Amino acid sequence: MKWLRNNWDQVLTALGEHIVISFTSVAIAFALSLAIGIWAARSERAFRWSLAVSGFLYTIPTLAFLALLIPIVGLGKTNAIICMVAFSLMIMIRNVATGLREVPAEVIDAARGMGMRRGEILARIELPMALPVIVAGLRIATVTVISVAVVAAYINAGGLGTLIFSGISNDFAPKIWVGALTACALAVAADLGLASVERWLRRRTA
Amino acid sequence: MLLVEAWQFIVAHPARFFGALYIHVALSAAALGLAIAIAVPTGVLLADKARATLLAITAANIGRTLPSLAVLALVMPILGTGFMPSLFALTLLALPPILINTCTALRQVDPDMVDAARGMGMTRAQIMRRVELPVAMPVIFAGIRTASVQVVSGAVLAAYIGGGGLGDFITAGIAMMAMPQLLVGAIPATLLAIGADRLFGYLQHALTPLGMRPR
Repeated sequence: MKWLRNNWDQVLTALGEHIVISFTSVAIAFALSLAIGIWAARSERAFRWSLAVSGFLYTIPTLAFLALLIPIVGLGKTNAIICMVAFSLMIMIRNVATGLREVPAEVIDAARGMGMRRGEILARIELPMALPVIVAGLRIATVTVISVAVVAAYINAGGLGTLIFSGISNDFAPKIWVGALTACALAVAADLGLASVERWLRRRTA
Repeated sequence: MLLVEAWQFIVAHPARFFGALYIHVALSAAALGLAIAIAVPTGVLLADKARATLLAITAANIGRTLPSLAVLALVMPILGTGFMPSLFALTLLALPPILINTCTALRQVDPDMVDAARGMGMTRAQIMRRVELPVAMPVIFAGIRTASVQVVSGAVLAAYIGGGGLGDFITAGIAMMAMPQLLVGAIPATLLAIGADRLFGYLQHALTPLGMRPR
């Protein structure tokens, strides 16, 4: 691992870029999913349509999706972020909507009886109760986005994939190892971290 | 206009296009077939052992978080480039969803049902084959469906490690900034993924025992 010792700053830069683009995409997708999910929890039609459309986006192979966006938005981070947002929508919309639907009707009734308005019920009763399921969706989406971001390096979006691709094209194995293992470690760390948040929330709301 | 040019590219190079399509389908089908052949029997063997099942599910869950490209890239320094290393990596990627679903589906079979079968004088093997597996089938197929989409998508990335397939057009298209060629790879790959999803969705429905279908 001599290469790693001499180039650890390059690895850290790539890791930083990877985290920044992943986080940006998850944040945008989370805001969108929250809005669509709340709407979908209220109407059966909205639920079915939003899941059909986002499910279609989810099925498109990563590299094909990035490629299809090139004629429209060109290479780079914008392309990658659009792609990652599109991928994570289905997972988060599904969890936001089902989380909200699982709130017992009696609880909402009781809140209404206490004189709460719709907005208050949503903010103070429904969303807190649905939070564990919403975070479960956030967790799967984050792992997916970290995965997609590796491929996005190919269209100049930066991140850990950069190391993998340059390792492949120069036939230089250490770079591939470092890039791939760091990407795996990041995905597993994000998964375990959000899993413990999810467990903590479940204990709190139970 | 790009679509027309993409179509013209296919018409001008039919052998290249259908060759890549064939490799893509063969690679995906072989990886999925191998993964089913490994994961379903493993799940069945583990069905009686609660701790081993938990261990397998935990391991598969970690496997599921690994980025596809990272797995493909890691295989390259060890096994080299080409069809076989790609097949190996894609099989690895397809294992976790099938194994997880097989294990959980078999664990969720109603114990009363197994009891009734035992009361009717069925042997352990008969119970597995004629009661537990049919009841678990819809969930197992849901796992196969997830794996199939992952494999078709992963096969696009196999182009990086010389596995061939439709990804070749995409990588060449990006390298030369040739938009029509990009679409020649991207559109059929997308259709293939959606087709796989639909096909296994249909099989999932068709293999659900009649008494368990939603009315």
